[in-house]
Amino acid sequence: MRSLLHWFAQVGAVTATAVRTIPERRGASLATVFGIAGVVAVFVAVLSIGEGFRKTLRSAGSPENAMVLRSGSDSEMMSVMLGNAIEIIAQAPGVARGVVDGAEMPLSSAELFVIVDVPKRSTGTPANVPLRGVQPAAFSTRPELRITAGRKFEWGKNEVLVGEGALKQFAGLDVGTKLQWGRSEWTVVGTFAAGGALWESEIWSDARVLQPAYNRGNSFQTVIARLESAAAFDRFKDALTTDPRLDVQVLRETEYYGNQGRTLNAIIQGLGFTVSLLMAVGAVFGALNTMYSAVAARTREVATLRALGFGAGAVVISVLAEAMLLAAGGGALGAASAWLFFDGYRTSTLNWDTFSQVTFAFEVTPRLLVEGTVFALALGLVGGLMPALRAARLPVTAALREA
Amino acid sequence: MRFWPLVWSNLRRRKARTSFTLLSVVVAFVLFAYLAAVKVAFRAGVDVAGADRLFTTHKTSLIQPLPKAYQEQIARVPGVVAVTHASWFGGIYQNPNTGFQGVFQAPVEPEAYLAMYPEFLVPAPQRQAWLEDREGVLVGRKTAERYGWKVGDRVPVQGTIWRKKDGTKVWEFNVRGIYDGAEKGTDTTQFLFHYDYFDEARQFGEGIVGWYVVRIAEPTQAAEVGARIDAVFANSPNETKTVTEKALAQGFADQIGDIGAIIQWILAAVFFTLLLVAGNTMAQSVRERTAELAVLKTLGYSDGRVLALVLAESTLLAVLGGGLGLLLGSVAIAAGDPTGGFLPVFYFPERDVVLGVVFVALLGFVTGILPALQAKRLRIVEALRRA
Repeated sequence: MRSLLHWFAQVGAVTATAVRTIPERRGASLATVFGIAGVVAVFVAVLSIGEGFRKTLRSAGSPENAMVLRSGSDSEMMSVMLGNAIEIIAQAPGVARGVVDGAEMPLSSAELFVIVDVPKRSTGTPANVPLRGVQPAAFSTRPELRITAGRKFEWGKNEVLVGEGALKQFAGLDVGTKLQWGRSEWTVVGTFAAGGALWESEIWSDARVLQPAYNRGNSFQTVIARLESAAAFDRFKDALTTDPRLDVQVLRETEYYGNQGRTLNAIIQGLGFTVSLLMAVGAVFGALNTMYSAVAARTREVATLRALGFGAGAVVISVLAEAMLLAAGGGALGAASAWLFFDGYRTSTLNWDTFSQVTFAFEVTPRLLVEGTVFALALGLVGGLMPALRAARLPVTAALREA
Repeated sequence: MRFWPLVWSNLRRRKARTSFTLLSVVVAFVLFAYLAAVKVAFRAGVDVAGADRLFTTHKTSLIQPLPKAYQEQIARVPGVVAVTHASWFGGIYQNPNTGFQGVFQAPVEPEAYLAMYPEFLVPAPQRQAWLEDREGVLVGRKTAERYGWKVGDRVPVQGTIWRKKDGTKVWEFNVRGIYDGAEKGTDTTQFLFHYDYFDEARQFGEGIVGWYVVRIAEPTQAAEVGARIDAVFANSPNETKTVTEKALAQGFADQIGDIGAIIQWILAAVFFTLLLVAGNTMAQSVRERTAELAVLKTLGYSDGRVLALVLAESTLLAVLGGGLGLLLGSVAIAAGDPTGGFLPVFYFPERDVVLGVVFVALLGFVTGILPALQAKRLRIVEALRRA
């Protein structure tokens, strides 16, 4: 017990000396701190893009909602559903009923999902903005949706509601604006928010008005149904998939949106991983250099300590501690700057799976900050280990003479 | 030069430090190569767009189809040399997750399409075989390699939008040809099959096409010819919008938006940070040897020679590290893009190779010049006393 305490005292003393002398090696130490800060900042920033994008998709799904698409269609954009299927789905077991606009009806909305060219604010070039045609129950299946300005469109009129995200990223969608799409004119009558969900990137209108404008006859693309409860899903799904009149696939809304964005995720993760890995390698070399020169600079000091009877273990730990301290500093700096510069940054990009724009905000989550710091400490450990072992193995007499 | 052994032994003085510095420079330039390739990927097609090709799409959006009957009307517009069309197929191969993403699949008019895209190089027998087989498909080299297809393979693709008249989803194609790109930037991921076969077999949508590709006689007249085409269809149920291929590609780059720009900025920042760290170490190792340089001067080395010696050392390190980095980078890039095929165009452009070499030279010079100048101005007595 005494010897253990003694050992800890040794470690403490040697580490304190090491840390106190960092300012003498300012240049190299700062280079390491900044190197690691850079790695962590990039690591966190790149992952925050993916995190923000996924959050936007995730918030769009409710476990109580089911989505019906034609079988074999992997996104709303690709799906086609004819008018006669719509009524069968609305009457299927498990669909909740409610009062919409004063009438009692099944809470199911057949929808169209198309795109329309609207110029991007930042570049002025046309972007594929999603345009969703809905039925009255659509607002009941998405209770988080609320009007933030103006009013809801009137059923049967060429009027649209614009999501907050679309309003910010694309030009000419302010309330009161008249838009010329095809041969018809549309009026923006209001804007809506949806708790950060995907729909905020969209423009909404009455599906029945949109059908002729896009030559869709009496066809739709998907049906969103509010279920009596999340548990009613299997009943609903079995009824539809066994119905010989239908050729559909039924997904939970959460599952559908969880699968969306594959392409963008693959690009962000593929690039993010490669870049972070390369940078980590670069930063480890930087840290190794710094720690080797730190050990070199402390040769006489370490040898003196060893001559006085300090153990090799204490020396190893002191060098490691110094490396980890620099790494932790760099990690904190990097994570903080990523948070400062990137958290909440709003942008829009092309979601390849639906071929349409999605607007979202970068999301630097606490988990990312922790991961970034752990990453930094790992770099410090790798960068400090070999130099620490060298310090411990220094032959005392030779080192004293050399210095 | 007989001083190389001296430069060399200086570098070997601290082997660990030299190799770590060297490796950081290598990593920095691998990253530089990636940056260049990513930049090309996000600008997909803008740089190689044919100046004499226009795209005519539906005015409201690219997803809206156009009647096939427009083809003849466009062909009659003055300034138009040729016109063909393509449509979006969007099928799935194997499973939806590894899918067919990044592969542009389209029913086209085979002969006219190849004439429109002379940069697609197909061996004559394969070209003939593709033209003759109604179920034939012409596949780009990159896609063929990704899925391990050979000429003669039968490939089932599941339609997502398009089904056959009998209600089935699976379309089978015979790989009849594999095309290469005339330029590095040519998209060799495409999957092209016969429009006639597709149009007859599909369940609905007969007689519509996705968009028209138009060749014009005079690239400088692009805007005028485009306006003439759009004027033909003004006030019809399907109004059109005609833009140059470059504008279309630029539009897509803009749609991807600042995500692309941000990734590029990040890579650039990382590159310079790594250079800074490596450069700092290189400069430091010279500063440490002040006393030795003084000794050299005492032995009669001229100021200029000491300057050259120090510069040679930093340049050697930069050239070794940078050269190796650029080499490794181009090998890695040639091996494929890091997203597993989502970026159709991914290569290391020559322009950026040259830029990389310039950066290598700059790195050697900048990290060497300050300590070198100090070494040159060194006063022997002072330096020896300091040491």
